Amino acid sequence: MGMNAHWDKTMNRWLKIDPREGRVSLNELPRLAYAELYDDLNRCLQDENFHVASYFGVTVPEGVLLICLVADDASGGVWLASYLYGEGGERILPSLTAVHPALHVFEREMTENFGICFADSPWNKPLRYAHDRADRRQSMNCYPFYAIEGEALHEVNVGPIHAGIIEPGCFRFICNGEQIVHLEIMLGYQHRGVERLLRETDNRLRQTLLCESVAGDSAVAHGSAYAMLVERLGQRPASEVLELERAIALELERIAVHLADTGALCMDIGYQLGQVACEALRTIVINTTQAWCGNRFGKGLIRPGGSFYPLTDGLRTLVRNNMEEVRRRFAEVTDDLLDSASVLARFEDCGVLTRTQALRIGAVGEAARASDLKRDVRASHPWGPYGALIVHEPVMAAGGDVFSRLKIRLGEVMQSISYVNTLIDRLDEIPEKSPRPDYTFPLAPSALAFSMQEGWRGEIVHVGLTDAGGRLCAYKLKDPSLHNWLGLALAVRGEGISDFPICNKSFNLSYCGHDL
Amino acid sequence: MLVSKLKVLRSHGKQFIPDLQGVKLPDTFRGRPRITGPIPSELAGELERICPVGAITAEPFSLDTGRCVFCNECAMRAPQHIVFTSDYRLSSADRDALVVRENAPEAIDFRADKVRTCIHRLFGRALKLREVSAGGDNATEMELNASMNVNFDFSRFGIDFVASPRHADGVVLTGPLTENMARALEICYNSIPAPRILILAGSDAVSGGLFADSPALQRDFLDRYPVDLYIPGNPVHPLTFIDGIMTLLGHYRREPWLQAQ
Ligand code: SF4
Repeated sequence: MGMNAHWDKTMNRWLKIDPREGRVSLNELPRLAYAELYDDLNRCLQDENFHVASYFGVTVPEGVLLICLVADDASGGVWLASYLYGEGGERILPSLTAVHPALHVFEREMTENFGICFADSPWNKPLRYAHDRADRRQSMNCYPFYAIEGEALHEVNVGPIHAGIIEPGCFRFICNGEQIVHLEIMLGYQHRGVERLLRETDNRLRQTLLCESVAGDSAVAHGSAYAMLVERLGQRPASEVLELERAIALELERIAVHLADTGALCMDIGYQLGQVACEALRTIVINTTQAWCGNRFGKGLIRPGGSFYPLTDGLRTLVRNNMEEVRRRFAEVTDDLLDSASVLARFEDCGVLTRTQALRIGAVGEAARASDLKRDVRASHPWGPYGALIVHEPVMAAGGDVFSRLKIRLGEVMQSISYVNTLIDRLDEIPEKSPRPDYTFPLAPSALAFSMQEGWRGEIVHVGLTDAGGRLCAYKLKDPSLHNWLGLALAVRGEGISDFPICNKSFNLSYCGHDL
Repeated sequence: MLVSKLKVLRSHGKQFIPDLQGVKLPDTFRGRPRITGPIPSELAGELERICPVGAITAEPFSLDTGRCVFCNECAMRAPQHIVFTSDYRLSSADRDALVVRENAPEAIDFRADKVRTCIHRLFGRALKLREVSAGGDNATEMELNASMNVNFDFSRFGIDFVASPRHADGVVLTGPLTENMARALEICYNSIPAPRILILAGSDAVSGGLFADSPALQRDFLDRYPVDLYIPGNPVHPLTFIDGIMTLLGHYRREPWLQAQ
């Protein structure tokens, strides 16, 4: 019996969906008892190819329905099941976090939003102090920080406002002298109520813009996840040209941020040459995106059903030339960086997230790949040109340290440049243009659709549900930061507190993407 | 080792832009809207309806750039009436001046007369700012960082971002001002020695933008403290930011050009 067949049998209570289809009718959605959901999850998550892509509650007439999406990286399958909270009379649910810590974010969110109790959860703390939280008395001012007693220990609080121009979040360190013993990260300052606004509007342009603003540095990735989701609900698959253009935009976004992060890491160790060279290269890339769509972050480019900004012949030449320029110059920067012992000395063996840790916390994206954990939606659950025109082989590193996360970026900049060229070559062969955006096509009623994208940080998952009238009535977003923040907290243990900035930059996680 | 550094330097060349005011942004850039009227009332009503942030008022027709998130949808629906020009000089000391009407002059009125008199005297030669993000999506934040980078090099004018509010002369607020960040923002603002200035950067900071209707915001801080500069954008382009600050400090002037039109 092959592995796939084995899992089909184990997960036989779940609905297996072709991720290229990504849509089911709500009455096909299996409803399990909590014990079944618990057992199945517990079992499949012992295979490291499995991870929970999304797990969340939605309000339905009968109560709160918990919906779970499990992704299998080996087969590319996605399994779906649900459980109506309290259906079997239970109020307190056994926590899966105790066995699979990766689930802590999902369970904490359910507790926060719906007051669902999980027994024996080792870490059931507020997640983001959402405005619609079940218990409004829960206040950020009394977050239950973990504390350790000891004469030699002291606490350092950083935030919510940080030294640089970045988003707010609170970092509480427990230190033994200079050395970090423990770091706890409290978030929620950036909470804007994105998911609520998404379901409260019928204006699909507004929904698109909200998704573009989930994390401004991932406007293309979240925008594309939204567009793909409604196109699935509307059974209006994007044309090939549109998919190619979206993939080009996504890879440009990846290149730009990786360059920015490489520069920022250089800055933090006083390696000014690397910093300024990367800043200048990033400028080239985001100005290319600006020439294309008028916005350096790609806002305005991704729209459901079509696009206002075709990549014209002139723009294709511009993109090609600029990519060549960046490739040449970034190769020189990389050579110098890898040749500078004083640079490597700061990055190597600093801020290690081991593979086991990465796996246990459910790390995704570049941080996971730097810890030798192959998580990349472009390879595991490919869409559009991925898996066909581009057979993606993820860039990997094994050290789990700051240097490994840097090496992923160095490798991916070059890889993405070559992808952009391949995508444009294919675009050249197609005479059609992409159609104009369409915000009005009808959506399938009583349906669920999901979409996955590999943004530069990692796995983005959007899930949307429609009501009987075909109106988007629930929307669940997941930014990769949701998982990876705990990775940062673990990686800094044992490091000097003065190395925190480079550890933090090496992850560069999103606050607003987490807080929504 | 040295050779590899020299290679990087040679390719890097000279990056800074000597004349920031001489820069032209590409035509695709969405800056100040130009509205050619009269817009037929049916079309105006449609534009009011499709605008995802309520920036458009049909009667009499106006477009509030302090709310606008520059999605370009209205201009695509009514290309003969609305064009987003590449004029990035979007800021003003007066909130009302951000509202663009039919056949308006070819510039946003900065309203230099609204600038508090102490600002030129105290901050004209050096201005230190503390940035606070309160729900910003990290795009304007990255653009503010970029205004200090090798290309724009804004600190050449004595203007800088600093880490501590105690070292700052004012706050630059980004983001729609979330409830969860309201307290920290106020503490930070009040930690700055008076007189202090307050700058709102980005349409979400100016009006709440896309999030204006969200109950997760708490914007009463802005009712209690005076705002010195409004800078629209989604995000704010570094040149828009630099132009705004320089005009606030009296180094750049927009009015004479405005009158020349
Ligand atoms: S460009 Fe501005 S005014 Fe026009 S529709 Fe978009 S948000 Fe509204």
